[in-house]
Amino acid sequence: MKLHRIMALTMRHMYLFKRSVPRLMDIFFWPTISLLTWGFLTTYLEKVNLNTVNIASILLGAIIFWEFLQRFQNGVSITFLEEVWERNILNIFVTPITVGEFLSATTLLGIVRMVCVFAVMSSISLLLYHFSIFSVGMAFIPFMLILMLFGFSLGVFTMAVILRFGTQAQVLAFSIIFLFQPLSAVFYPVTALPHFLQFFAWLLPSTYVFEGMRGVLTNGSVDTALLIQGFIIASIYAALMVWFFYRMFAYVKRQGKLLKLE
Amino acid sequence: MRTYAIETKGLVKAFGDFIAVDGLDLNIEEGKITALLGPNGAGKTTTIQMILDLITPTSGEIKIFGLSMKHDREKILSQVNFSSPYVALPQSLTVMENLLTFARLYGVKDPGKQISELADFFEIRHLLTRMTSGLSTGQLTRVNLTKAFLNNPRLLLLDEATASLDPYIADKTRKVLKRVQKEKGVTILYTSHNMAEIEELCDDVIFINKGKIRDRGTPEELVAKFGHKDLNEVFLDIAKENEEDDK
Repeated sequence: MKLHRIMALTMRHMYLFKRSVPRLMDIFFWPTISLLTWGFLTTYLEKVNLNTVNIASILLGAIIFWEFLQRFQNGVSITFLEEVWERNILNIFVTPITVGEFLSATTLLGIVRMVCVFAVMSSISLLLYHFSIFSVGMAFIPFMLILMLFGFSLGVFTMAVILRFGTQAQVLAFSIIFLFQPLSAVFYPVTALPHFLQFFAWLLPSTYVFEGMRGVLTNGSVDTALLIQGFIIASIYAALMVWFFYRMFAYVKRQGKLLKLE
Repeated sequence: MRTYAIETKGLVKAFGDFIAVDGLDLNIEEGKITALLGPNGAGKTTTIQMILDLITPTSGEIKIFGLSMKHDREKILSQVNFSSPYVALPQSLTVMENLLTFARLYGVKDPGKQISELADFFEIRHLLTRMTSGLSTGQLTRVNLTKAFLNNPRLLLLDEATASLDPYIADKTRKVLKRVQKEKGVTILYTSHNMAEIEELCDDVIFINKGKIRDRGTPEELVAKFGHKDLNEVFLDIAKENEEDDK
């Protein structure tokens, strides 16, 4: 693994942000709009007083963590798609870069996006709604780690599918995350789901984060066992998706489809 | 034992029932410009893509400078580069950003200096701050060639390097390639459909057909062997032969 190659690819994508308004909007504008919409709703819910403890904090925390997950997955998948759209895959893979380095660069770009989204959303929520995302305490670190691993898994899965089926599958890069939103129990507890769906909900690492977050914000404590389970499941998915990507990469190389990817 | 720049043994690539490359035994000497020619579908592109590790061979072996692609991919590809007018650089970056990206990918020690030297060599200094999307075909080809020399490659694969260039720029490009090959001792594997260019540029010509070597020699040797007046007629002979076989 060579750092200079990972940085080369990361910098190549950072150049794009200098002169692309839609790319900057993706990081700064849309998360802000999402936070404003939901933030005002939570303010309203607080005012009508539903006798629910910390409703505003719970919803705001959910929105912010959800945006982290979504932007991270987007960052990973779209980095790959940009290379496909620019027909740059050949140029990249005739250099000594390895698949591992390529995946590392996409992950680094996912982290950059996530940090930017975090900076914007945490500042706005503090300024407008007096909610600090750090009110979840030290649990913030495992929450982020689990979401990053899960976002990475979904991003890599999307890349692998696009690699296999071409850009006809690119819609996944933007929509796959929403398949998991209802089951992740982002805005409601898992118990609100029908019983048979609860089993599937607990298969998603994101569920452990949102359940954990609600626990911290309502009781002030976090269930460590829950976080460990979430972390283990997220790690298994990440490892499986990396394996799956390598398999798909080898497949398209055998089929001679790497260069026909468009 | 002699080490070749490129050596393939029993190289086969099958896509289902179709055999694109059929037991190709290739050896390309270091420091020469070798042409890889053949009619459409002869297996040239597949062979080049296997040499670049973009396609996995069905069977056989590829060695570059005595190293196996299977085990020494990174070591090999750091000494190799590729250029084709059909493979665009990212359009949304400036020429300088593109060149910096590839210089970094190849681990060039002082990218700024290397780009500056090559920019003078290929006369693209005035293009460095321009967006790649705004370049003409000729300018793009020169930028592509600059990219191809960033890592001081020992082996360069050029696919129709002068296609879509006007005769003046094409001539200039050929002279540059000759000069670079002489000064730096680069091995060049060249594909083109312009036979006059091949005669002018190449030391060695390999004709492949149906994934196998059909003939090989210097341009003069092949012209004499086929009893024609130039390489273009030799090419036509081989292409016709291919067409008749298909019937």
